[in-house]
Amino acid sequence: MIIYVANRAIQFVLALIVASVVVFALMSILPGNAAQVALGTNATPDAVAALEAQYGLDQPPLIRYFNWVMGMLTGDFGTSYVTGAAITPVIVGSVQVTGILVIAAIFLAIVIAVPLGTFAALEQRNWIGVTISALSQIGIAVPNFLAAIILVIVFSLTLGWFPSQGWMAPVEGLGGFLIRLVLPVVSLALVQAAILTRYVRSAVLDVMREDYIRTARAKGLTRTKALFVHGLRNAAIPVITVAGVQLATLLVGAVIIEQIFVIPGIGSELVRAVANRDLVSVQGIVMVLVFLVLIINLIVDVLYPIVDPRIRNAS
Amino acid sequence: MAENLLEVRDLTITPAGAEAPVLHDVSLSLAPGERVGLIGESGSGKSLTAQSVMGLLPEELRAQGTVSLHGFAGNVLEAKEKTLAKMRSDLVSMVFQEPMSALNPLMRIGDQIAEVLRIHGEVARGDIPGRVLDLLTSVHMPDPDSARYAYPHQMSGGQRQRAMLAIALANSPRLLICDEPTTALDVTVQKHMLDLIAERVAAVQAGLLFITHDLAVVAGVCDRVIVMYAGRIVETGSVHQIFTDPQHEYTRGLLASSDLEATDAHGKLFTLKTALSYAGPVDGAGSGEMPGHTNEAEPVNEAEPVKADSTAAGGPADVRDPASASARETGAADESAPLIDVSGVSKHFRSRGLLRRRSPVRALDDISFSVTSGQRLGIVGESGSGKSTLLTILSGLDRPTSGRVRVGDIRVESASAPALRSLREDLQIVFQDPFASLDPRMRVEDIVSEPLTARGMAREERLARVEEMLLAVDLDTKAMRRYPHQFSGGQRQRISIARALVTRPQILVADEPVSALDVSVRSQVLNLLTDLVDDYALTLLFVSHDLGVVKHLCSDVIVMKDGHIVESGATEDIYANPREDYTRKLIAATPSLAGALASIT
Amino acid sequence: MSENPSTTSAGETSMDRRRRTKLRLNASMVIGAVLIFVIVALALVSFVWTPYDPSVVDPVARLQAASPEHLFGTDKFGRDTLTWIMYGARITLMVGIVAVGIAVLIGTPIGIIAAVFAQYPWGVWLSAVIMRANDILLAFPALLLAIVFAAVYQPGTGPAMVAVGIAAIPGFARVARSGTMQVLGSEYVRAAKASNRSAPAIAIVHVLPNIAGMVIVQASVAFAISVLAEAGLSFLGLGTQAPVPSWGRMLQESQQFLSTQPELALWPGLFIALAVLGFNLLGDGLRDRFDPKMEARGNG
Repeated sequence: MIIYVANRAIQFVLALIVASVVVFALMSILPGNAAQVALGTNATPDAVAALEAQYGLDQPPLIRYFNWVMGMLTGDFGTSYVTGAAITPVIVGSVQVTGILVIAAIFLAIVIAVPLGTFAALEQRNWIGVTISALSQIGIAVPNFLAAIILVIVFSLTLGWFPSQGWMAPVEGLGGFLIRLVLPVVSLALVQAAILTRYVRSAVLDVMREDYIRTARAKGLTRTKALFVHGLRNAAIPVITVAGVQLATLLVGAVIIEQIFVIPGIGSELVRAVANRDLVSVQGIVMVLVFLVLIINLIVDVLYPIVDPRIRNAS
Repeated sequence: MAENLLEVRDLTITPAGAEAPVLHDVSLSLAPGERVGLIGESGSGKSLTAQSVMGLLPEELRAQGTVSLHGFAGNVLEAKEKTLAKMRSDLVSMVFQEPMSALNPLMRIGDQIAEVLRIHGEVARGDIPGRVLDLLTSVHMPDPDSARYAYPHQMSGGQRQRAMLAIALANSPRLLICDEPTTALDVTVQKHMLDLIAERVAAVQAGLLFITHDLAVVAGVCDRVIVMYAGRIVETGSVHQIFTDPQHEYTRGLLASSDLEATDAHGKLFTLKTALSYAGPVDGAGSGEMPGHTNEAEPVNEAEPVKADSTAAGGPADVRDPASASARETGAADESAPLIDVSGVSKHFRSRGLLRRRSPVRALDDISFSVTSGQRLGIVGESGSGKSTLLTILSGLDRPTSGRVRVGDIRVESASAPALRSLREDLQIVFQDPFASLDPRMRVEDIVSEPLTARGMAREERLARVEEMLLAVDLDTKAMRRYPHQFSGGQRQRISIARALVTRPQILVADEPVSALDVSVRSQVLNLLTDLVDDYALTLLFVSHDLGVVKHLCSDVIVMKDGHIVESGATEDIYANPREDYTRKLIAATPSLAGALASIT
Repeated sequence: MSENPSTTSAGETSMDRRRRTKLRLNASMVIGAVLIFVIVALALVSFVWTPYDPSVVDPVARLQAASPEHLFGTDKFGRDTLTWIMYGARITLMVGIVAVGIAVLIGTPIGIIAAVFAQYPWGVWLSAVIMRANDILLAFPALLLAIVFAAVYQPGTGPAMVAVGIAAIPGFARVARSGTMQVLGSEYVRAAKASNRSAPAIAIVHVLPNIAGMVIVQASVAFAISVLAEAGLSFLGLGTQAPVPSWGRMLQESQQFLSTQPELALWPGLFIALAVLGFNLLGDGLRDRFDPKMEARGNG
């Protein structure tokens, strides 16, 4: 178990190093010059050279990469060439916002999908199971930004229950925070719940075909009880995998929802940085997002042996 | 009617949306404490019958008829899941074929047994751990105390099946159903398991419904036998009657083709067609030490033209000291050198991993033997004995960790690519699983001609050879344009054999070629193999876990265990006078009809 | 051959099952195929005929509701929505085809090669490196990669297609690898090796036909993802640029009229959803059709 976790941790660090090289290479080497990009094509060569010197862009790439990484390790993502402000506070603040949004959404999705998917599997041959199945198929096809627009039309513009946009930090007022959270979280969660429902359904169906469910029934459990006692934990393994992938997708996927609801999340910061041609900020934000995705993968990997003794003992 | 523990009347099962039933009007009964064997091949409906009794039929099947059980009110087929659950908790239990998949992989064995006690509810909560230990002890689980805390994957197949039996017996059922409980186990383990089932069923005085495809297995466990064929019961009778005086044509055929020690006038194994002339198993021949059975087997060898080799060489398959390998020459050998020479071969597998380091698995350890041209060598061993690894190395599909392998003039362990190619011209393989060894997306003509395509032969010539080969294995040439899924298991194995022989190899390697086949098909494929080995003057290497098959087919035998050669020599010698303990155990554990009959009379 | 009636009958029942699954699955496949056909037809017809010229601005007819003249209404410049939907189908399909094409052509060979290398002692580490690299690529979701591309190059349809395609490579590599491993571990490939078939011959004759089904399923799913990704990017203004019609940008531009003219959001939203639904359904139908679990194994 310890060896397994250590193994995964090493793979995580290696992946992080490679990813940082890729991000750096994409941003700093390929397209030419960050200072040129920041100042625009009309900038005089002198102005570009001045900016380069100011931010150390005239140094060789290897040194710049090293400085960048060392900076990030000490919590310093550098200074924006465009605004001249430090990037770290922006990232820290926006990651928190996106974190709240995404974790609330995946939590809601799981709460909806697990019972619904299980039910759909148990009632597989009834109209109700078929209906859940069909609805989830349609739900998957709805992009979350379309869901957001529909929710805004219905619950904000028509019914007036929730504000159509805006964000308030929990410390500024819990009520205001929660009421602004509802529509963005629901629009993110609905689509994910639809996807997850399908996976839960098929995982439960697979498990129901397993011999040990038959054994449990032979012991004297009903079909449903056999599923709850023996099946769900076995079905959890593929579902954890999918939920992990979804969480990772949401981190970036939330960017559109953040735009629609004018929420200062990391996605919004990323889009703004791209629009401003602020490559240093883009580089830092992308690295943070990749780091979070890899962390999620690591957590999922560590969950497997906790659920499954076979993986625990395999190492 | 109330006297019987189990009463099945006119049970008919039809798949949803299908017209034809898969089970027709099955009626059977079982008295309290009676032990009944339900025999049949794949597709006979024996498992469906058992599942109906448990109320565990898959939902897509519709069942008609009545199943009544003493102590259960009403028809099992029409009962609600909740009442059925109660019935399964109180009255019936079941042991399944695959002990690995039948146990929950995420739950400790002790908890899985305790669960039954909790559901059944007769044992006080505090007494459950003690009772679990008792149960594990009663099924002779090694180290029952720590077995409670083990997960299924930490146990061997035999241990898992013991745990399964403990689960089944925990609620003291009146009826125990065993569905092929030993089919997935090695023969030596099977023997223990069968004894254990008989012992425990007698101890708790439960009725037993024992489902199997193997006639020889049923004799020691059951009083009465029901024979099923194609969804119907064809015959019912006492074990003795079924074995000595079968009434139905199919029963006779099954009995005859199960008996690997009996041959017809042409020295062939009996099949369903030739079963009429079958005289029944010979009493007392099972121990393998009676002179009678040696006589019985003699005609088989006499019919073989290569007999000269097997006697003259006087057991060329014995283990040799690798150091003296080259020096050794049997005086009687008239051929200059053996065709295959294996000396000191070892194969170790190392597990990989960034941080993991495990001691290597020794799949093969210092294996030496040789095979002369025309010899038929059987390689016998249980799972994990290394016999399949040995084949892989012999055929150049993998390289040994150390040691030398020579086939003809080719040094296999260090062969260049062209040398390996010419090795494979001469050495061909028939694989075990007729469903996995044929590419599902290729036509039969392409499958059989694959070795010729690799040679770059023209299409016309290839197809002519394929046609010839299909006829040789008794298949219609219409088969050429079809796909594998359109054939039965036995037919697929014929296709597999045709592919192996299409290049006219000198050596045929067969890896458990009949172990996935039904008994009645098995004898036909074995007869075909015998014919082909004669016709094409092949040297045969036959790998099997089944001593009976090897005994019938091979002149010499190697017994393997845990990567070592335990014993080797002429087949008859080994059977008559096994020198090693393990060989003796293996022979004793191998079920044979004659042995089974001897045990009941 | 009348050698064993019982096995033969088992073989027949499994074939019956296969036939039945085929019929049942067609429901999913047919609906999917019909939806895709409608969108392809819209795109093709737009090359020869549209109700209006997409670039014609008509201030008099701005923000109209559905009417016989404008079946889907008009936008803030008075442009015909149906015309824009038809033109938008082109971009949607083009992005899907290019992105999936990139992913299939790069991902599948990578997966096959990784699986083949893993068989040889000298190739094990190489195979591991390929798959690790693949896992790292997996840490860049399609949308993130596309945003990065938009930052580095100019935002536009081209970089978006390439980014979405690259992000889909790991999925194909994984599917191809696991499928190939399965095929290479099968007895029929052992038999082919024993028959002297060379590695490339085995890859072409045995591996490709047997993994083709899985790759097609993956392609269908990846197509649905790329439709979503393109719409999302255009919605953010990082994908297809004005004045080229794109469903995602139509949806984004409709936002300011949500309270007055919600129809403007409805049509592009509906067509995005239909396209995704079509490819998902087709993929589902194909999956059940090609699922190795469905392969008949007559033993029982």
